[in-house]
Amino acid sequence: MSRVETGIGASQEGYAAKVRIHKIIRTIVCVLLCILSIFPFYVMIVNTTLSSDVIKTGIHLIPGTKLIDNFTGMLERTAGKGTNVWQAMLHSVIISVPATVLQVYFATLTAYGLTVYNFKLKNIAWSFIMAIMMIPAQVSIIGFMNLMIKVNLYNTYWPLIIPCIAAPSTVYFMRQYMQGALSVEIIEAARIDGSGEFATFNRIALPLMKPAMATQAIFAFVASWNNLYTPTMMISDNRKYTLPMFITGLKSDSIRTDYGFVYVGLCLTVLPLMIVYFMLSKYIIAGVALGGVKE
Amino acid sequence: MKRKTVEYGKYGYIFIAPFFLVFLLFQLYPLIYTFYLSFVTYKMTDGKWNTPKFCGFDNYMAMLTKKNFETNSTVWFDTLPMNSIKNTIIIWVINFIPQVLLALVLAAWFTDTVIKLKGQGAFKVLMYMPNIITASSIAVLFYNLFANQGPITIMLRNMHIIKETYNFMESKVATIGLIGFMQFWMWYGNTMITLIAGILGISPSLYEAAMVDGANGTQQFFSITLPLLKPILQFTLVTSAIGGLQMYDIPALFNVTNTGIGQPDRVSHTVTMQIREFASSSNPDYGKAAAISGILFLVTLAISLVFFAVTRDREPKQKHAVIR
Repeated sequence: MSRVETGIGASQEGYAAKVRIHKIIRTIVCVLLCILSIFPFYVMIVNTTLSSDVIKTGIHLIPGTKLIDNFTGMLERTAGKGTNVWQAMLHSVIISVPATVLQVYFATLTAYGLTVYNFKLKNIAWSFIMAIMMIPAQVSIIGFMNLMIKVNLYNTYWPLIIPCIAAPSTVYFMRQYMQGALSVEIIEAARIDGSGEFATFNRIALPLMKPAMATQAIFAFVASWNNLYTPTMMISDNRKYTLPMFITGLKSDSIRTDYGFVYVGLCLTVLPLMIVYFMLSKYIIAGVALGGVKE
Repeated sequence: MKRKTVEYGKYGYIFIAPFFLVFLLFQLYPLIYTFYLSFVTYKMTDGKWNTPKFCGFDNYMAMLTKKNFETNSTVWFDTLPMNSIKNTIIIWVINFIPQVLLALVLAAWFTDTVIKLKGQGAFKVLMYMPNIITASSIAVLFYNLFANQGPITIMLRNMHIIKETYNFMESKVATIGLIGFMQFWMWYGNTMITLIAGILGISPSLYEAAMVDGANGTQQFFSITLPLLKPILQFTLVTSAIGGLQMYDIPALFNVTNTGIGQPDRVSHTVTMQIREFASSSNPDYGKAAAISGILFLVTLAISLVFFAVTRDREPKQKHAVIR
C-alpha cells in the first residue's frame, strides 16, 4: 500500500492542485449566481431611498435619505384608487390563510382516506388524482368565471378559497409522507381504545403529519399569496384587489414616472416575503427536495 | 368477535368525499362548461349579451384560420391566438434549456464528493430565493430597471454598451430575452434542488464501483448520474412545459399596453393573456376565449401523453437488461 502511495506522490500533488483550482472556480461561479439573485432586490431597496431624479441617472449602490418622502408619496398617490397597499395585504391574508388551512387539512384527510382504508375504488381514485395533477387551472378558467357569475360568487373571495380543498399535488405529497410516518398499528390501537374514525384522524394522525403539513402549508400559502391570474379573472371591483393586483397598479400612468414611489410599493410587497423566506428557508429547501412544489 | 369484522371501507369514501365534491363542482364542471362554451356563440355586442347559440367549430376555426381577402383564400395558423401559443413556446424554450443545463451543472457540483464546495447551504438558499418572491413584483421591478428611463438602461447607455436611443422595451428580442431570463432566474434554483435530491437518491455503491474501475468525475457524470437521472429530468421537463404554457404573471406585467397586450407588436402576448383578452375586453367573447382554452388544453394533454408514452416504453427494457 505504502509503496503505491509514494509512487504516485508527485501526481497526487498535481491532483490536489487541480482539485483546489476547480474548487475556487466553482465557488466563484456560485458566488456570482448568488449576487445575481440579490442584486435586483438590492437596487430596489436602495432606490426606495432616492428621489426620482437621482434614480433616473443610473444604478446607485449607496442609500440616500428620501425614504420617508417616497413612502408618504406612494401612500398618497395610491390612495383613493380603490385599494391601498395595506388593504391589499389584508385582502391577500383574508384569502391565503383560509385557503392554506383548507388545502392542507383536506389534502391530509384525502391522503389518509387513501392510505388507511381499503375500498373498491381506492386505486382508481388514486390514479385519478395523479392524472388531474397534470390539468392546469387556467384551461377551465372561462367556465369557472361563468359559473361564478351565475351563482353570484363573482367579485367575492370564495372562488379563490374553496377550490383549494381539491389540491391533487398536496394530496400526492401527503400520501407519500404518510406511508412512512403512519403505522397501521397506531390506528388499530386507537380503535381498540374506542376512538371514532374522525377522532383518530384528528387526534392521532394529524399530529404525526405535522412536519409534512408545515412544509405544504408554506407552499400553499406562497402559491395563494402570489397568485395573480385567478384573482384577475374573478375580481373586477378595484376595492377588492389583492396584493399582486395592487402591484399591477404600480405600472399605471398616475405613478409609473415617480420611480421612488414605485420602488417603495414594490419593496413593501417583496420584503415581508423575503424575511419569512430567510426564517423558513431550511424547511422550504427540504420541501422542494421532496418534490413539494409543482407549478 | 363481531367488532373485529366492522367494515371500515366506507370511511375511505367519506374521507375522500370533500376532495372529489369540490373537484367536481369547481374544476371538472368548469372544464366541461368551458368545452361547451367553445362550441357556442356567446359574446357581448353593443353592451348586450347574446343568447348562447350552437355554432359547431366556428370558434375553433376563428382561432386556427383567417381569411386572406386579396386572394380570397384561407390562411392556417397565422392568427393572433395561434401566435400567442407560439410566443409562449418560444419564451418557454429559451428559459428552459439554459435553466436545466445550469441546474445540472450546479447539482453535479453540489453532490461532488471529491471537490466539496463550502457554503452550499447558503448558495442553495440564495439561488432558490427568487422563486418564492411574487412574480408580479419581479416583473414590475425588472420593468422599472430596464425601462426607457430605468437605471440599468441609463447605466448601459453611459457605458456606451448600448446606443443613446436604444430602448429595451421597443426591441422584440430584448423583451422576449428578458422575460425568458426572469423565468430562468426564478426557476433554476428550484430545478437544481430537485436534481440534487435525485442525484442523492442514486446508490453510492455505483459511484464506488466506478471509482474502483478508475472512472473520473466527468465519466461518472455521463455514465451514471445522467442516465439514472433521466426519469427526474423527464418529470422536470413535463411539469415545466405544462407550467410554462400557463405563463402569465411575468409577461402580463412586464412590457404591456394599458389594456394588457404584450409589446412590442404582440410578441410577448402569451396564451393566458390571450384568454384574458377575449374574456375581459370591452367586448368580451366567451366562445373564443373557451376555444383558445380548449386548444391550450389539447396541447397540454398532448405533452403529458407523449411523456407517459416515452417513460412507459423505457421501463420494461431496463428491467430486461437488469435481469440479463
